[in-house]
Amino acid sequence: MALIQFREAIAQAMAEEMARDDRVFLMGEEVAQYNGAYKASKGLLDQFGANRVWDSPISEAGFAGLGVGAAMVGLRPIIEMMTWNFGIQGFDQIVNHAAKMCYMSGGQFNVPIVFRGPNGAAHMLGSQHSQSFDAMLTNVPGMKVISPSTPYDTKGLLKSAIRDNNPVIFLESEMMYGLKGEVPEGEYLIPIGVGDIKRAGEHVTIIAWNKMLHVAMAAAEQLASIGVSAEVLDPRTLQPLDEELIFSSVRKTHRLVIVDEGWDFAATSAQISDRVQKECFDDLDAPVVRVNSLFVPMPYAEDLEHAVLPTAERVVEAVKEVLYVG
Amino acid sequence: MALVIEMPKLSDTMEEGGIANWLKKEGEKIGEGEPLVEIETDKATQEYESPEEGVLLKILVQPGKAVALRTPIAIIGAAGEAFDLAALTGGGTKTAATTPAAASPTTSAVPPKPTAKPVGAVAPTQAAPVVVGRVKASPLARKVAAELGVDVSQISGSGPAGRVVLRDIEHRSGSGAAAAQSAQAQPAVAGAASTTIPVTMMRKTIAKRLLAAKNDAPHFYLTISADVTKLEAWRQQLNGAAAKAAKVGVAATKVSLNDVVILAASRALKVHPEVNSSWQGDTILQHAEAHVAIAVALPEGLVTPVIRRADALGLRDIAASVRDLAGKAKDGKLSNDAYAGGTFTISNLGMFGIEEFTAIINPPQAAILAVGAALPTPWVDEHGALVVQQRMKMTLSCDHRVVDGATGAKFLQTLVSYLEEPMQMLV
Repeated sequence: MALIQFREAIAQAMAEEMARDDRVFLMGEEVAQYNGAYKASKGLLDQFGANRVWDSPISEAGFAGLGVGAAMVGLRPIIEMMTWNFGIQGFDQIVNHAAKMCYMSGGQFNVPIVFRGPNGAAHMLGSQHSQSFDAMLTNVPGMKVISPSTPYDTKGLLKSAIRDNNPVIFLESEMMYGLKGEVPEGEYLIPIGVGDIKRAGEHVTIIAWNKMLHVAMAAAEQLASIGVSAEVLDPRTLQPLDEELIFSSVRKTHRLVIVDEGWDFAATSAQISDRVQKECFDDLDAPVVRVNSLFVPMPYAEDLEHAVLPTAERVVEAVKEVLYVG
Repeated sequence: MALVIEMPKLSDTMEEGGIANWLKKEGEKIGEGEPLVEIETDKATQEYESPEEGVLLKILVQPGKAVALRTPIAIIGAAGEAFDLAALTGGGTKTAATTPAAASPTTSAVPPKPTAKPVGAVAPTQAAPVVVGRVKASPLARKVAAELGVDVSQISGSGPAGRVVLRDIEHRSGSGAAAAQSAQAQPAVAGAASTTIPVTMMRKTIAKRLLAAKNDAPHFYLTISADVTKLEAWRQQLNGAAAKAAKVGVAATKVSLNDVVILAASRALKVHPEVNSSWQGDTILQHAEAHVAIAVALPEGLVTPVIRRADALGLRDIAASVRDLAGKAKDGKLSNDAYAGGTFTISNLGMFGIEEFTAIINPPQAAILAVGAALPTPWVDEHGALVVQQRMKMTLSCDHRVVDGATGAKFLQTLVSYLEEPMQMLV
């Protein structure tokens, strides 16, 4: 298996799907001539030409809407947001048009579109560029939301997203574009809505996705050194959520910690926690504990940024809390 | 409107019920109050009457199957009535569901009318434990405790604010899960075929209650023997008189040695009410009356019907009560009230020649008396002479949370003095 970067997995997925289906095209700021702000579309312009790889003006609302219209008349656009912090400019098109068109047209129009780009904090970009939109996006009916953590999952899920006949939001991370992982040579798909156990364990379930998955894995490693066996569950898709996998893991370990880069109020982790308390009430030996970003605009200062984001140390503390130790 | 019949709660300790036999077939008419089904509870098999007139439209649980309380077991409605089984049984049981009154010993969707009515006037009930503040326990701890028959209120929790969590239950029950697993992993040995016997409701209850008793109550044991020579003479006189009375048509129950032990124990309990008590967590409940349970062996297990107010009954009344309860127990006809509210238990294996044994306390009681056989025994009497006496050994198992060694010993002294000089009990 080849060891490739997260950005290469994205480029491979898009290239394979564009080769497979000529209705698929990519549009976004700097995706063509500059090969993508984070080089996630490297080589696509050369391979597919300017008709299928479009540099857009700086106008998220404009090209998001263009994508929705293209999807309604039979194309399969991939719209790259340079970051989701800019993507909120296009929320009207995403929330009011992409997500609702199938419903409002009585099923006459499908909107097979993918909106993708990095989500959450990178490093010292300040409060307007360091936000997680998982909760806002998963709160809208009519869209699927994927938030992968590894190159392997990214490639398999992005291909499924491009083939899906509904709007799919694909959340990446600036901090992970350089992350390397093994990806098989041949084609493979990962179904939307299926989670993955990234590390099996017995004493506690830690749910985490996107770059928080790696925080959870680091915490699990620290916990192993003190004899705690943590199961790390990556839902991979946030909407729809693989609830059965979550319930079965919690029923095994009886304790749950959720690591979520989003703010804690009405967060995706809050939704998971609610479902677990309802469906696994008698299986819980402790209240579900969530580790979220602190409820403040992200500070620019490095040490303060570190204090706001979930860390492995905070996850370890949360696990000790649900295990009633130290 | 079709009515869902749910598994009724026919006894206080019942958690599931088995269908022994359907007394009506599907499509058969049934009147209100007519016996519909025989239900095997943890205590006995009881008839359950139809709460409504109609036709038995559907049997949902076949004989031999056991289901949890409030599980739908049948549908009753008008002849030929169409009904949506899924809607009726899938959370849609509102039509039949009434208030799940926790106070009633017969809580069910449809108030059941047990055929066996309480015997006697007012059956004394166990006073509800006085709960000071609610017990904090994790949902999982509560579930596992219920499965193991452990009372969470008796466990001190190690979680925040004293919350009882899983590990507290596991410590208490000697990590039951692990024990159960290793028990299952018995290696298969070639040779004669072993038999797997399904566990009956009664056996399940015995297992659960006795395990809980051994786990929760710190037992200690006191053994003493009594010279029953005088007592035997007195008893034979009484039975001789009874035989004479019978000849002139006056029925009088014969009394056994065990009846006299019940009499003596009930009187001794009046003198030592500390033994006639129950551990309540934050308090100890000292019972005003002695309701003596007697262990009755049945082929399928053990039951402990209760002689109400034994301390106020005469010997012949005790004897009659014992015959009645034991007879009903053997016929499986004891009502659930007959088991409730005992404050002390006597178990007697003397008839099997057992010299002495120790018994497990029947919670929430604080003590149980294990009675051995009365046997001719060499004995050094008060003059230092070796004599042969008819002596009977008894062992008192005490819950040390309630009864201390000296307290139990004083009770046994009083008991022995009553047995050795039975006339004392008459004054």
